[in-house]
Amino acid sequence: MMNESQNLLSPQPSEEPLVRIDDLTVTYYTRLGPVNAVDHVSFDIYRHEILGLVGESGCGKSTLGKALMRMIPPPAKISAGSVLFDGEDIMTYDDDHLRDFRGRKISMIFQDPMTSLNPVQRVDQHLEEAILVHEPKTLKENITARIHSLIERLGIQTRRLTDYPHQLSGGMRQRVMIGLGLVLNANLIIADEATTSLDVIVEAKLVEEIRKIRQEFGVSILLITHNIALVAEAADRVAVMYAGRIVEIASVYDLFDHPLHPYTQGLLASVPNIRLDEQQELYKMAGEPPNLTNAPQVCRFHPRCPHVMEICRRIKPDLKQVAPGRFTDCWLYQDHPEKTKPTIKVNA
Amino acid sequence: MSQTDSSRNQDVLVEAIDLKKYYAIGSSILDQLFGMKAEYVHAVDTVSFNIRKGEAFGLAGESGSGKSTIGRLVIGLEQPTSGRVLFDGIDLGNLKSEELRRLRRRMQVIFQDPMASLNPRMTLGESVSHGLRIHYPERADEIRDVTMAMFDKVGLTPPKYFYNKYPHQISGGQRQRVVIARALITQPDLVLADEPIAMADVSVRTLLLDLMIRLKKEFNLTYLFITHDLATAKYICDRICILYLGKICELGNLREVYANPLHPYTQALMAAVPVPNPHKRRTTPLPEGEIPNPIHPPSGCRFHPRCSLAAEVCSREEPLLRELKPGHWTACHFGENFIG
Repeated sequence: MMNESQNLLSPQPSEEPLVRIDDLTVTYYTRLGPVNAVDHVSFDIYRHEILGLVGESGCGKSTLGKALMRMIPPPAKISAGSVLFDGEDIMTYDDDHLRDFRGRKISMIFQDPMTSLNPVQRVDQHLEEAILVHEPKTLKENITARIHSLIERLGIQTRRLTDYPHQLSGGMRQRVMIGLGLVLNANLIIADEATTSLDVIVEAKLVEEIRKIRQEFGVSILLITHNIALVAEAADRVAVMYAGRIVEIASVYDLFDHPLHPYTQGLLASVPNIRLDEQQELYKMAGEPPNLTNAPQVCRFHPRCPHVMEICRRIKPDLKQVAPGRFTDCWLYQDHPEKTKPTIKVNA
Repeated sequence: MSQTDSSRNQDVLVEAIDLKKYYAIGSSILDQLFGMKAEYVHAVDTVSFNIRKGEAFGLAGESGSGKSTIGRLVIGLEQPTSGRVLFDGIDLGNLKSEELRRLRRRMQVIFQDPMASLNPRMTLGESVSHGLRIHYPERADEIRDVTMAMFDKVGLTPPKYFYNKYPHQISGGQRQRVVIARALITQPDLVLADEPIAMADVSVRTLLLDLMIRLKKEFNLTYLFITHDLATAKYICDRICILYLGKICELGNLREVYANPLHPYTQALMAAVPVPNPHKRRTTPLPEGEIPNPIHPPSGCRFHPRCSLAAEVCSREEPLLRELKPGHWTACHFGENFIG
């Protein structure tokens, strides 16, 4: 179906992934009973890739991001599944091991950097602390050298090191947050709506920066966002989440050129496009995302789906590979003895 | 600024003339005792425009550009430091508070966060009918029917189901429909919509946008549509006004402005908007820095410190808003160079 000029850095399927998420489930134990905010999700994050994780509010994308760091506080719990990070199962880690893992291997930036940075600590103190907590034996002059070279590579002037968070602009604060992950050479940075509160020009520049950082530091970045256009701008691969499940994964080109899942199709057709000659009309998707307390246990999109079939109301589809590098959990593309309509073949 | 004078006629619903809004900061009694000079945030600085009857007029800009403040000045929620707002020829500044209150029936507001705009202890029916009770007390016996009909118009069906519900019992998209219903129930001429769909999810957003476009036709409304999202503005606004740090950079027919932006700031803003097409990733460079402090705005053209094309004159002389193409205004000394 498609044969686009792929990004050179696109992951090779043969490669051992950095993170392998298998059957991950996060359950909130609420008054109304258990709710799976993340419902049996499996996918890989490759080395050096920017994986976009998109979905609407309440779809579980942030919970999924936090689960990768095992930062799920009660009343929620990781109730099933495993996360293999660099081959190690992080579910087996004890508290000490976990603390070292967070920060050294994996780092997270949030929407509002002002709440993540300490207002009475200078930029250099933040970075120093990060190094000393994880590598307490580091010599003072080595720390300074490391901080200086890092901050320059991030495009922040070294004189800003003595600034306090409130003296920095919003974009600069987010770069410091990214720096906190990079100073320990983390392998994965999870950016959860990290550009959302920024103005559009600053946001675009930070996205540019994120791509550069991936290139230069060779990290993997999980870009969690509700902004589909942003993913088109930044990501190599995209995972689309709906009501706690991943409904489609593909390379950014495949996904935007030929979305497979009806939800992805609807979503892309409803994204406003500033270009006058493109997307003159927006698609109006019927209904709203389900309330997860009583979400259908079958395909969760079927009540809104324009292509709904009999089987969709009765049997839950699984996320399956339907073409090289293309995964979707839709019965349109999967065989089943009870299906009455022919299965759509996706060309490689 | 002949922009307002040239078209002072029947087609104009709102005239904003040389609007200024400065907010004083840091002038506590102590400061004054020690002789500290009061400082001002120049939120809106000499802004003039017209809103024509029946159009959707977009005000766009980044945070701190003054777009929300202008909206509040236009419907008289705040008093300008100087300048005037004429609503259908009536000068809001000359009105007594009772007169302004009566005029408010004709101008309604939709804000970004419906949960914050709805009283959590009022049923949806009470919230929506509230304006009717205030402005049309003589029609008390029709209130329930009129309100139900409005629920139906905004797609909250069946109205009976929603009438006695509370805001927390419905979804975010439905809540914004309630706010829209409440705005329209007094049969306004002007609706100020301040980021009305910014909080809604993509799949819900298009439905709300579509609803607003439909209702505008049906009720003959004029919209003042405030947004930071130029891509969304494309689907609803007829004209667009781009603001930067309290001043108008560019103003004109939306399609004309988007096709041929005449101000470097508009050009940068448009280039920065991500496009949902990975084959068309942005390659043009963007201006450095962030929007400066509105307490001490830059001299001359306020965009000059970030503008890659700035010349000496830009820091010295403030550019006037000039009509460089019919109906297309820009405040750039070199606007002519961009005419394409």
